[in-house]
Amino acid sequence: MTNLVEVRNLRIEATTDAGRVVEIIKGVSLDIADGEIVALIGESGSGKTTVALSLMGHVRPGCRITGGEININGKDMAALREKERAKLRGTDIAYVPQSAAASFNPASTIMEQVIEVTRIHRLMPPEQARKRAVELFRALSLPDPQAIGARYPHQVSGGQLQRLAAAMALIGDPKLVIFDEPTTALDVTTQIDVLKAFKSVMRAGGIAGVYVSHDLAVVAQIADRIVVLKGGEVQETGTTAEILSAAKHPYTRELLAAFEPKRRQSHAGAEAAANQLLRIDNVTAGYGAVRDNGLPLIRAVDSVSLIVEKGRNLGVIGESGCGKSTLARVIAGIHPAAAGDIIFNGKPLQRAAGKRSQDQLREMQIVFQYADTALNPAKPVEDIIARPLAFYHGLDRQARSKRVDELLDMVRLPRTLRYRHPSELSGGQKQRVNFARALAADPKLIICDEITSALDTVVASAVIELLKELQRELGLSYIFISHDLSVVEAICDEIMVMYNGQRVEQIAPDKVQAAAHPYSKLLFSSVPKLDPTWLDGLVRDPELVSQYGHR
Amino acid sequence: MARAAASGRSFLGHSYNLVGVVASLVILAWTLVAIFAPTIIPHPIGDIVDDDYFGPMRQGLWLGSDYLGRDMLSRVLMGARYTVGISLAAVSIACFSGVVLGMLAAVTGGWFDTCLSRFLDAMNSIPSKLFGLVVVAAVGSSIPVLILTLAVIYIPGAYRFARALAVNINTMDFMTVARVRGESTAYLIGSEVLPNIIRPVLADFGLRFVFIVLLLSGLSFLGLGLQPPLADWGALVRENIGGLPFAAPAVVVPSLAIASLTISVNLLIDNLPQKIRDRDA
Repeated sequence: MTNLVEVRNLRIEATTDAGRVVEIIKGVSLDIADGEIVALIGESGSGKTTVALSLMGHVRPGCRITGGEININGKDMAALREKERAKLRGTDIAYVPQSAAASFNPASTIMEQVIEVTRIHRLMPPEQARKRAVELFRALSLPDPQAIGARYPHQVSGGQLQRLAAAMALIGDPKLVIFDEPTTALDVTTQIDVLKAFKSVMRAGGIAGVYVSHDLAVVAQIADRIVVLKGGEVQETGTTAEILSAAKHPYTRELLAAFEPKRRQSHAGAEAAANQLLRIDNVTAGYGAVRDNGLPLIRAVDSVSLIVEKGRNLGVIGESGCGKSTLARVIAGIHPAAAGDIIFNGKPLQRAAGKRSQDQLREMQIVFQYADTALNPAKPVEDIIARPLAFYHGLDRQARSKRVDELLDMVRLPRTLRYRHPSELSGGQKQRVNFARALAADPKLIICDEITSALDTVVASAVIELLKELQRELGLSYIFISHDLSVVEAICDEIMVMYNGQRVEQIAPDKVQAAAHPYSKLLFSSVPKLDPTWLDGLVRDPELVSQYGHR
Repeated sequence: MARAAASGRSFLGHSYNLVGVVASLVILAWTLVAIFAPTIIPHPIGDIVDDDYFGPMRQGLWLGSDYLGRDMLSRVLMGARYTVGISLAAVSIACFSGVVLGMLAAVTGGWFDTCLSRFLDAMNSIPSKLFGLVVVAAVGSSIPVLILTLAVIYIPGAYRFARALAVNINTMDFMTVARVRGESTAYLIGSEVLPNIIRPVLADFGLRFVFIVLLLSGLSFLGLGLQPPLADWGALVRENIGGLPFAAPAVVVPSLAIASLTISVNLLIDNLPQKIRDRDA
């Protein structure tokens, strides 16, 4: 019997702005049987999304399919005319985008958009389509399935919107659904609900799927087979169990290794404990009008206290909106606190950065999540790194140039990179430059705000390793803010869990399994494991979920 | 991108296309004429050299004669000087002040931003021709007055444009990083914001130059611009408007001159060289 999808020797080329032709997909072949879910996994730029989109016969502007066949249900998508392809999209093949929030039209109701496919393809009358949509909402375990369709996209949460996007894809009864990193933008606690819903719907309908992701643990939960891509070529194909237990290709092994970061040895134990580098006491900060008691209307950080010791690292973990990034901005003085004390290096700090002394500013550096926006795109790398040298240390041109070389060596970047602009660097390289700029100030404390969450697993684990090495050499302390437990575990001596602006608990990384607070328990148990049976076997306390999970 | 790559060629890491090249050649030609006009004109602009008025094109008087029998070629060449010179001076003042104030307002924010924005919005609400009429009527017409009036009229537009761009840059993390580093406002504006908005600002500069040429020509056409015997292109059109029924070159040529300059600037802005990001090519 032939497979539902048979891709043979697919080639896709792109033309750059200099007129040069680049082959981005170099002869990919893959099969998907009826009802089978196949995951495409690889780092960014590996071509996984390009392959997934080509299954619909679609390529991004500037690219074109130059060779090979894409047989879907007996039809060659590469050879069909655009009109005929459009007929198949939505009915035979459907697509769930990475960011549902950006893909819904904010101006019309969810129901209108979910049943739009049936209207375009004249599949069924609107009344019937609405009934079918409500059934899908129920199957995807959305709350209040009867009424949720009447809402507008901004009135539901991110996790719900992602499931609604799946409902939109499923309403035309497709044979194949393409999921393009659908849970990457979600919190771990929400991700589980979405994954469970996807899995049950796909199983119930016997629908085949393509799941694009760079997260091996997520893929392990949902896929039957895994295809590992790198540089536009298939590196390895196998069932999920095979890939996880007996990966053959070195790149696959690298991916697997990146998932199990090495724990940091807590070397500086007791003797360091005497040295408090940073202490904050009952700090409150927030947004909105200031009320009579001097506190803002919405408190993003609510009387949080913490201590960072010299040479030791504190991890701050929590879901999005828990106030962890605001906490970082409060400590750095970007968002002045409304109440509370910040004591750095034994001396109290002004709340606003503008009022702190130049030395105080120098000793505490902050590194942001998105290196894309944290580096000025108009300046070459050497200017970016050299500015703190001139500003804080008053080095002359020659000394600066020498120091820039040293800093590039420190963050393991080739020295020739100094003449490039940020747009000419990869994500990992940008984050290293971002970090080199912080190092240039000669700081004592570096606040890292989600610095690895925009990076691929392999690149992120390399960055973490680099941070550990630099800490050994330079005696730095880090405050490490993240929503990713494995990253925080890898580098921190203490982990602080935040929920709803408050400090919930502080524990050592090796005691994570024995968390005392219910929210910490929920959070820690929601982190996907590299075990295909993990999601099915996961039992969560329904009371906990209803109390803390934003569904 | 693909189209530009197909029809263009590359030079110094930039790709450009034919329309942009032709447009920049026209602009360059008019600039050279403006600079060297006094040395290349065949007759002094005030001299009556033709027995007839609105004379046709012929040898010696290549563009015919105007309503007094003066040499039209000399008058158009000298007119380039005033049109390009006054407009360039005015647009430089307008864009410099507007862009600096705009970036300052975006980076500083707060009361400074609010007050300045409202004040310049109020300025913007005065019709430009009316403003020009009132000023010229009040203080008389001279080259410095014209330049300053034109500049003041176009400052609010340049301010709004630069502020809108700078506000976007201001929300970027690298601005936060620079602030937390303790940088001064001057550094933030000059070193962090300006390099990121310079290309659209230059495009706006060109567009505003065209507006000023047209407004100056309009004022001159109304008789409020340069005073005789000096004449910019707008004034040349006005004083020779009587030649329209005779299809005299005296009225057609300065109109074509205005059109060729403004259209060329517009085309150049639309076809600025694109930087090639693909370094491996």
